[in-house]
Amino acid sequence: MEQHLPLIWAVLIATAVFLYVVMDGFDLGIGILFPWFPEKDERDVMVNSVAPMWDGNETWLVLGGAGLYAVFPLAYATIFPALYMPLILMLLALIFRGVSFEMRFKAHNARSQLWWDRAFCWGSYVAGFCQGIALGALVQGIRVENRAYAGGWWDWLTPFSLLTGLALLVGYGLLGACWLIWRTEGALARKARRHAWLLGIGTLACIAAISLIMPFLQSAFRERWLALPWMLYAAPVPVLLAVLAGLFFRAIPATEAREASAPHDPTGRNFRWRDGAPFLCVLGWFFLSYTGLGISLWPNIVPPSVSIWEASASPASQKFLLVGAAVLIPIILSYTAYVYWLFRGKVRVGAGYH
Amino acid sequence: MTWDFLPSALDLARFQFAFTITFHFLFPAFTIGLASFLAVLEALWLYTGRAVYLDVFRYWLKVFAIAFAMGVVSGVVMSYQIGTNWSVFADRTGNVLGPVMGYEVLTAFFLEAGFLGIMLFGLERVGKKLHFAATCLVAIGTLISAFWILSANSWMHTPAGYSILPDGRFMPEDWWAIVFNPSFPFRLAHTVTGAYLTTAFIVGGVAAFHLLRDSRNERSRTMFSMAMWMAAIVAPVQIVIGDFHGLNTLEHQPQKVAAMEGHWERQRGAPLILLGQPDMAAEETHVLLEIPRLSALILTHEWDGETPGLKDVPPEERPTNVPLVFWAFRVMVGLGTAMATLGLLSLWLRWRGRLHDTRWFLRAALLMGPAGLVAVTAGWITTEAGRQPYTVHGLLRTADSVSPIAAPAVGASLLAFILVYFVVFGAGIWFLFRLFSQPPHMAEEGPEEMEPIRTSGITPGPAMHHAGPHGATHGDPAKRH
Repeated sequence: MEQHLPLIWAVLIATAVFLYVVMDGFDLGIGILFPWFPEKDERDVMVNSVAPMWDGNETWLVLGGAGLYAVFPLAYATIFPALYMPLILMLLALIFRGVSFEMRFKAHNARSQLWWDRAFCWGSYVAGFCQGIALGALVQGIRVENRAYAGGWWDWLTPFSLLTGLALLVGYGLLGACWLIWRTEGALARKARRHAWLLGIGTLACIAAISLIMPFLQSAFRERWLALPWMLYAAPVPVLLAVLAGLFFRAIPATEAREASAPHDPTGRNFRWRDGAPFLCVLGWFFLSYTGLGISLWPNIVPPSVSIWEASASPASQKFLLVGAAVLIPIILSYTAYVYWLFRGKVRVGAGYH
Repeated sequence: MTWDFLPSALDLARFQFAFTITFHFLFPAFTIGLASFLAVLEALWLYTGRAVYLDVFRYWLKVFAIAFAMGVVSGVVMSYQIGTNWSVFADRTGNVLGPVMGYEVLTAFFLEAGFLGIMLFGLERVGKKLHFAATCLVAIGTLISAFWILSANSWMHTPAGYSILPDGRFMPEDWWAIVFNPSFPFRLAHTVTGAYLTTAFIVGGVAAFHLLRDSRNERSRTMFSMAMWMAAIVAPVQIVIGDFHGLNTLEHQPQKVAAMEGHWERQRGAPLILLGQPDMAAEETHVLLEIPRLSALILTHEWDGETPGLKDVPPEERPTNVPLVFWAFRVMVGLGTAMATLGLLSLWLRWRGRLHDTRWFLRAALLMGPAGLVAVTAGWITTEAGRQPYTVHGLLRTADSVSPIAAPAVGASLLAFILVYFVVFGAGIWFLFRLFSQPPHMAEEGPEEMEPIRTSGITPGPAMHHAGPHGATHGDPAKRH
């Protein structure tokens, strides 16, 4: 058991970060799409569609941070100073965003609402971009000496990290658009479908570009993807991605056709799984890209030099928290699912939670 | 470029932590109590069926939504700042404190965040019983959160259940001893009680403001009555809890108590210095007003008991800012006494049947609105400044805890935090005051009806007929519009 603890925790932390990325991803995506949805009515619907969940979504980010501190303290103590500026900027952006969720609905005139909308939109952009930069900088490697970060203050800023920043913005925008296809109807959903097409192509282009650059960043990555036997294990990832890409581009017109033919749902409470198909496809893209990253980085948690075993807290600490996590994470997942289920269905113009 | 004009990275990081944590805690100090208050209000509404409780509930639910959001986003900052600015501390204490904070996220944050959506937007979707359950879960979540974070904080004051590796890292030996470390029960009781008082006085202040304009408003009267019961019962209890907490501090952190008292010499029968100014250079306190022997009596419960002095230890072991500890403590105790006095006066007025229309008392309650919040903040300044120069008391110095960061990076982020906090939270707090300034109406709107829009698929009429037992259907939005 004890020798497996770091592995179990690596999977758990990776899961928490992944859940954060896709769950806060779609609600950040709503903010990223704001410039293309200037009308107050459509913005109200967009924000209403995520208002009951955003807080829970963001909690996964806190779990990622606190979890790292608890079970991989060395990673926490080296990654965070290395990514000082993007992380702080991200936090500040999340502050703007989180507060404007409540405030934009309570603003008493159009002008102040416009300012809260801007705070929401720019907060989403900066948060998403900084998260992408942080990811790129982590993949490129963090210099660690004597259990401390040994690099400079601008090491995180590279062409590659800017590319990953951009890629995550496009990907979050796509998640947001697919969420809207699922959760809205009429003109808003039509618009979301158009954006989803373009953002889908953009996201695939970003995934391709990053995948092509990655092997040249570190020789370890090259061996994973371009040398046997690792190549065999890794090969399903791009293949599955291609399959899901095909499904995605067929699923979008299908939602359009269904909306035209389906009988009107007066309660708006039908779950409409199939309208969620584009969203689920994109979740799959994210999962596969994330798995690809995992394959590249394994077994390091702070590339290129610190492995999950070296960064691990003592077995006593990992075990103590694991007991709780084993009981609590299933409970958390079930009530989170319950909340999503509760607020299911199409959100309509002139119809909101606020 | 040289950056010599900047303070050291350590000082900037300390100031940044002080600034962000002080700002952050204003919100939980208020929402911990508010969540419980809301749960009580909803319970009373369900139990009695009286519409006034639902109105008061909805009035404060709007406030809660905003205050809680501000608490969440300022709290995320805290969980990252330990890594960015205090990475050595993080590496040394991660094995012990990390799991404690991990439990806070798993047991409290998800619970609060998950059910907050239902609490704010779900009354019509889930019906009143499940909604009440959600409200209770949010309230319980705030208390669980307080449990874990205060355990972690207390461990830094009174570390227990650990061993230390040669490289300076703390290792867990006994989780029970770590979580229930010696100062934890006292700090938990003192802080949660303080949070309840904070809420009681804000609610009381807002109610007093509206009673001064309209003493017949039934909702204002209900709020005021409930707030004053809280003040009358809890404020005196808080003084007793505070005394126990102080005795615990005397046992484990005598230097902090010496700084609070402004005592430099170890002595018997020490006086209680009411007013004075500690002088760190001269190592003495210039006394303006003191009461003989009272300090000894309070701290040792004996007339000529022995109390510690700052000079018991060399200067580098003493709190780094004695006047701050000394004054913050006086602010807290002064306000605590004032709150208890107001609470006791309210009992007398209530007995005379004049609680809701005695104007001088209402003005006093209005003036005392922020008293709890200020007292809680002053209390935290006392205990945190008083534990310096250590982050883990007696074991890890603050100067050795800081990240290997450059002053310009910390300085720039500090500036950004100050700007953003004042803009965003300034706007949020301004908005809270606007909510406070509106009198609580009959058929108070919940947050879900702030807009002229309505949740899809909701047939408001029937849903809300069920919402009010005994036919209290005034909250029916369909009828209102």
